[in-house]
Amino acid sequence: MILFILKRIGYAAPVALGVSLVCFLLVHLAPGDPLSAILPVDATAEMQAQMRAAYGFDKPLPVQYGIWLWKVLHGDLGNSIATGRPVLAEVSRAVGNSLILAASATLIGFTFGTFFGFVAGYARDSWLDRVASAVAVFGVSVPHYWLGIVLVIIFSANLGWLPPTGAGPQGSGNWWPDLEHLRYLVLPAVTMSVIPMGVISRTVRALVGDILHQDFVQALRAKGLSEFGVFRHVVKNAAPTAIAIMGLQLGYLLGGSILVETVFAWPGTGFLLNAAIFQRDLPLLQGTILVLAMFFVTLNLLVDVVQTALDPRIERA
Amino acid sequence: MRKVHRGPLLGLALALVLSAPAVAQGVLRIGMTASDIPLTTGQPDNGGEGMRFMGFTAYDALINWDLSSADKASELIPGLAASWKTDDADKTKWIFTLRPDVKFHDGSAFNADAVVWNLDKLLKTDSPQYDPRQSAQGRIRIPGVTGYKALDPMTVEITTKTPDATFPYQIAWIMMSSPANWEKLGKNWDAVAKAPSGTGPWKLTGFVPRERAELVPNKEYWDKNRVPKLDRLVLVPLPEANARVAALRSGQVDWIEAPAPDAVPSLKAAGLVIVTNLYPHNWTWHLSRAEGSPWNDIRVRKAANLAVDREGLKEFLGGLATPAQGFMTPGHPWFGKPTFKLGYDPAAAKKLLKEAGYGPDKPIKTKVLISASGSGQMQPLPMNEFLQQNLAEVGINVEFEVTEWNTLINIWRAGAKADSARGGTAMNYSYLIQDPFTAFIRHAQCNLAPPNGTNWGYYCDPEMDKLFDAVRTTFDPKEQLTVLQKVHEKFVDDALFLMVTHDVNPRAMSPKVKGFVQAQSWYQDLTPITMAK
Repeated sequence: MILFILKRIGYAAPVALGVSLVCFLLVHLAPGDPLSAILPVDATAEMQAQMRAAYGFDKPLPVQYGIWLWKVLHGDLGNSIATGRPVLAEVSRAVGNSLILAASATLIGFTFGTFFGFVAGYARDSWLDRVASAVAVFGVSVPHYWLGIVLVIIFSANLGWLPPTGAGPQGSGNWWPDLEHLRYLVLPAVTMSVIPMGVISRTVRALVGDILHQDFVQALRAKGLSEFGVFRHVVKNAAPTAIAIMGLQLGYLLGGSILVETVFAWPGTGFLLNAAIFQRDLPLLQGTILVLAMFFVTLNLLVDVVQTALDPRIERA
Repeated sequence: MRKVHRGPLLGLALALVLSAPAVAQGVLRIGMTASDIPLTTGQPDNGGEGMRFMGFTAYDALINWDLSSADKASELIPGLAASWKTDDADKTKWIFTLRPDVKFHDGSAFNADAVVWNLDKLLKTDSPQYDPRQSAQGRIRIPGVTGYKALDPMTVEITTKTPDATFPYQIAWIMMSSPANWEKLGKNWDAVAKAPSGTGPWKLTGFVPRERAELVPNKEYWDKNRVPKLDRLVLVPLPEANARVAALRSGQVDWIEAPAPDAVPSLKAAGLVIVTNLYPHNWTWHLSRAEGSPWNDIRVRKAANLAVDREGLKEFLGGLATPAQGFMTPGHPWFGKPTFKLGYDPAAAKKLLKEAGYGPDKPIKTKVLISASGSGQMQPLPMNEFLQQNLAEVGINVEFEVTEWNTLINIWRAGAKADSARGGTAMNYSYLIQDPFTAFIRHAQCNLAPPNGTNWGYYCDPEMDKLFDAVRTTFDPKEQLTVLQKVHEKFVDDALFLMVTHDVNPRAMSPKVKGFVQAQSWYQDLTPITMAK
């Protein structure tokens, strides 16, 4: 098992390097001038050239990449062009806020997704299955930014129950899960949770339906195992695939959602990315994308390890 | 059937409702369009909005803008300088007599040394306080400054390359931050950003990057008539238009900048107030005068200007626009008496095109560069399509090259002759037209064609250059006004631009906001505002 983990870490290293190269190149290939965020529109060519040199944008791309990678390896993601603040501090704060949102959405999405999936899987082709599947299809297909706007209209604009934007009455500083801050969390978390809920619900439904028709389940029942005992076996057999899907969904959630975080002005990574894209803030954009990509790489690694622990056949394969 | 226990749910809902924060009296919360708090150290970024909320709130310039009237265009007034004049013997030297007894928020005194220190901050790259970020914002505004010195503790002399009567407009961009505060905070601008110190009517007391800034009144402000009446001012960046509307509708903020036109009816229906006014902004097509451009023919330029149904466009925008009557806003002191009237007259447009050799058999075909969105661009796609239809009706067939806003800015900087213009003969661009340079000179002076400046269309007319020279060398304000009127008359009579409309700077606010006077300016005075109970 340890060898397997070491091998997987070994595979992750070149992936991480590739990710850093891709995110650097993609950001630099995008149109627009990174200095537009800080230069007045009518800045002279001389001033543009001075600023370009000051930020190192006059160097060839491979040199820029080398300098950036070297700094990244030393834990320095550079400074935001637009704000001058260290990218690491900006991304750390945003990641913290996205984690809060992702954890809440995960709790809601995974719980309800799993519940609806099992209900639909066990009661296949019944009205319960249809209702649970309808909820799942709604979750998968409804654009979540649209749902966010609708929730804001109902619960913020019309009823005035919940605040529509921000992370707390004083911003995200000193965030604490008290009632005051939770009020700000409800709408974005519910909005974020619908897609994972739908995806997980449909996956679990298919898995459960499939497992229940397998021979070993009939054998277990024939041997007189209680329905709860059978259920435990179904869970264990459905878990590896479900966890793989959940890992991906968790990755998406941790990466924040540009749309949801923008609709709710939630100061997470999605909100930060949106600002960085519109301001052509290359260091911030590169740093944020890199951190999020590393999340995916790490999560995939963790999922592989957990899957192997649950099903040793994967390691052998 | 299982009984549903609704008690805990209702309890939670009730608790959520009851825990809604009480709105403190005298606190104004503003939802800005910016995605971050503008730079707080003195010279703000984020353009006009930055100057509005983090410039003239926490800071002053030597010369300020009069923002007290909604009925006339804002004018320059004494700020930290009580008076200014040019040296009688040498018109390149400006003498500023500073206002006595002005203190920065940290208690240190404002004096001539502080002015020199602030100019070094922007212009002298080897000075300890030189700040590239502030310099990027401020240096471009005072391009002609060649020297400056303190003549005595309350008098400063600033020298320009050539005599320049527009210099007061330029120096009105430059905000004064506290040298003592910078020293106290370890000569570190990042530290200053969290605890800045200016001389303005508001003091920054709280700052969460990208989320909020809090300001309280500076009770010691030198202009006692402008000591803020509110207890507190909170600035919240809300770049997404729907999020701003939702925040206002739910009572999370009391005021939002730039509500989307289609949200205005619902905001009005909800009892919220929409405030608009003219301000120095125009939405135009900047015409190329490069070789081969159809716009080199004045008849074609005039025809296009007569083909646009500006009133129809205003209606299309829900009334949130003022149809252009010229390049400057209607009623502006520089407007003058142009003879060419920007009416909607397709028949006259067709006649002019016929005289120019065009007609139904030989329509003009040309390409125009536009953006899908952008600062000050209003609703560029539907508005340009509206114009496209108008122009097609008289025989000008326009094809659009749609680019992203920052790309369009770069094309604008590069000029109409550059490859990046992709053969476009006009560009839809919105302009700040606040002072003689931003309104006229930068667009039309011969030697400001790219790469020396932003005369995008390469327009060059010696007669116009003479007028610009006169603007710069006429130091008597009344005489200068006459020259500026002549410049504007030439802009309109020669139909240098396709002059379409002016934005009206809409903002929506709670009816509790009292005392706000929307000045005809990019900046606004927040000091007279109170919040009704």
